[in-house]
Amino acid sequence: MDRLIVPDKITDNKLINLYKQMWVIRFFEEKVDEYFAKGMIHGTTHLAIGQEASAAGVCALLDVEDKITSTHRGHGHCIAKGATADKMMAELFGRTTGYCKGKGGSMHIADVDMGNLGANGIVAGGIPLAVGSALTAHMKKLNYVTVCFFGDGATNEGSFHEAVNLASIWKLPVIFVCENNQYGMSSPVKEMVNVDNLATRAQAYGIPGVVADGNDMIEMMNVTDEAIKRARRGEGPTFIEAKTYRWKGHSKSDTKKYRTLEEEKEWMRKDPIKRFKNDLMKAGFLTKEKAEKLQEEAKKVIEDAVKFADESPMPTLDDLLTDVYA
Amino acid sequence: MREITYLEAVREAMSQEMRVNNDVFILGEDIGVYGGAFGVTSGMIEEFGPERVRDTPISEAGIAGTAVGSALTGMRPILDLQFSDFITIAMDQIVNQAAKIRYMYGGKGMVPMVVRTPSGSGTGAAAQHSQSLEAWVTHIPGLKVVQPSTAYDAKGLLKAAIDDDNPVIFYEHKLLYKTSSHVPEDTYSIPLGKADVKREGSDVTIVATAIMVHRALEAAMELAKEGIDVEVIDPRTLVPLDEEAIITSVSKTGRVVVVHEAVKRGGYGAEIASMIAESEAFDYLVAPIKRLGAAPSPVPYHPELEKAHVPQVPNIIQAVKEMLKRA
Ligand SMILES: Cc1ncc(C[n+]2csc(CCOP(=O)(O)OP(=O)(O)O)c2C)c(N)n1
Ligand SMILES: [Mg+2]
Repeated sequence: MDRLIVPDKITDNKLINLYKQMWVIRFFEEKVDEYFAKGMIHGTTHLAIGQEASAAGVCALLDVEDKITSTHRGHGHCIAKGATADKMMAELFGRTTGYCKGKGGSMHIADVDMGNLGANGIVAGGIPLAVGSALTAHMKKLNYVTVCFFGDGATNEGSFHEAVNLASIWKLPVIFVCENNQYGMSSPVKEMVNVDNLATRAQAYGIPGVVADGNDMIEMMNVTDEAIKRARRGEGPTFIEAKTYRWKGHSKSDTKKYRTLEEEKEWMRKDPIKRFKNDLMKAGFLTKEKAEKLQEEAKKVIEDAVKFADESPMPTLDDLLTDVYA
Repeated sequence: MREITYLEAVREAMSQEMRVNNDVFILGEDIGVYGGAFGVTSGMIEEFGPERVRDTPISEAGIAGTAVGSALTGMRPILDLQFSDFITIAMDQIVNQAAKIRYMYGGKGMVPMVVRTPSGSGTGAAAQHSQSLEAWVTHIPGLKVVQPSTAYDAKGLLKAAIDDDNPVIFYEHKLLYKTSSHVPEDTYSIPLGKADVKREGSDVTIVATAIMVHRALEAAMELAKEGIDVEVIDPRTLVPLDEEAIITSVSKTGRVVVVHEAVKRGGYGAEIASMIAESEAFDYLVAPIKRLGAAPSPVPYHPELEKAHVPQVPNIIQAVKEMLKRA
């Protein structure tokens, strides 16, 4: 039997829960995909199917007090940071029980109580926010760390560079997690950036840059653990590049003309959930039966979420002008 | 007569210009094989190649400034800004550089560029992808601001914008992309600063922009059934503004409703209303000027709230009726 090398914090029980969590994320997004296709949810959505290991693997190391900032592709981050699928689905259905009372939708889900400072409709918009959150921890001498999720495309925004530099000179407890899924909306990272690894960019700011297999739960947990320890020791930020792939189009209207079916198939063979399952089985943490049971439970979570959302009330016109100011 | 969509009209205006003028090129995010977020540039990279239909990284500040610099040195760039909300990031280059260079340099140099950008709500994209921020740029001397409401206007105004030697912000409305109208195949230019009377009438003037032109026309049709004769004026360009056309109409009707999708507070409707109040049309007014605009909140996600956030046909009808009741 293979021994699994994971951070101390990750108990056996936690490993099992993480496996289920990955399925909750997957099923949530599949359901959202289905409802968008049927026109049952309006607006737009960005699915991270195929990227579950970076969300689940990174957040596995976080406590409730720790914070994250997320992106337009943020359902997975949100669930992994402790949000309930009920209130997320309700938000997509535009209900008052949703995380944003039906006013934000998919791109703006935030769960501040659980430390999720929000998805973001602005590419790179969350990066300086994460640095600000880390500044609070520093100034108030609080022990939390902030994880900042963003995509490969976001590293071409000025706010990325400005924010990373700030975090570096002030040695702030923030971990930059770049989910390099190979494309912006359609633009291949290879054509938009002249370095092979985005992690190289960390060098320019004097912080460690780590390349990780973003489809490998175990590796994601281990690199995150290192980065968090460094942050908590007051040594400043780390940049983690998680190489991964989004299986679906950029958003619901994407015809994916910019990539090939072969490439998609190749990445689908690297399914992060399957891989984690194999790792857990090989190490004796999981049997086939147990795995199936967990998968069924995850499916049930989403079915219940849909039911909750569907039965929740719609906002009224009186809600239009509430919450504009504190 | 040939009908094409607003979206096709925008594409045709660019393509025709690019065929005859090698200095004209487009740069922006996902405008190549993807064809742009709304499909406006679809097929253009195939015709003009990646040099002139230039896919950029997600770097609005950088690409805006690159457009300004290339315009200053002899190119005529069209910057495709994927959503008008992202002008926030490009703003420094547009406001502090593009708008001011000619004046600051004492009349030397010029910045012939167009920023084409989709605006407006109604797609469920919520607070950061649905705004109408045109009033911001109207406040900046040195910029011209265009807001076409029909396919015909879009083609002619875009040609004028590309030909103009100044930075022009060209707002395209997302909900209008699929609307069609008669559009000549040949190139033609609609001068910036020339309003269009979209409907003649004698009782009330509605000055409306972009999507609101269509809602005003719908309201006018309803009101006509009750014997109320509405004139609808579409300024088409906010800067320069065809003040004369508006003053003439209001002097005739004595009543005016100004309607736009942008938030009412600080919106361009305030400028239009003040302009009317300061003009000789003031003497003809028989009722206070009325403005309609979006509620003072970010754009909400929920479809019903999103609708309620901006003026709809019934709101326009109501405003006109209330005005007629007063006088
Ligand atoms: C400032 C800004 N520019 C452009 C967009 C439009 N847009 C939304 S997502 C996206 C691609 C982002 O790519 P990446 O950062 O790699 O994240 P991914 O979508 O791949 O997860 C683009 C161009 C935006 N939302 N915000
Ligand atoms: Mg990406």
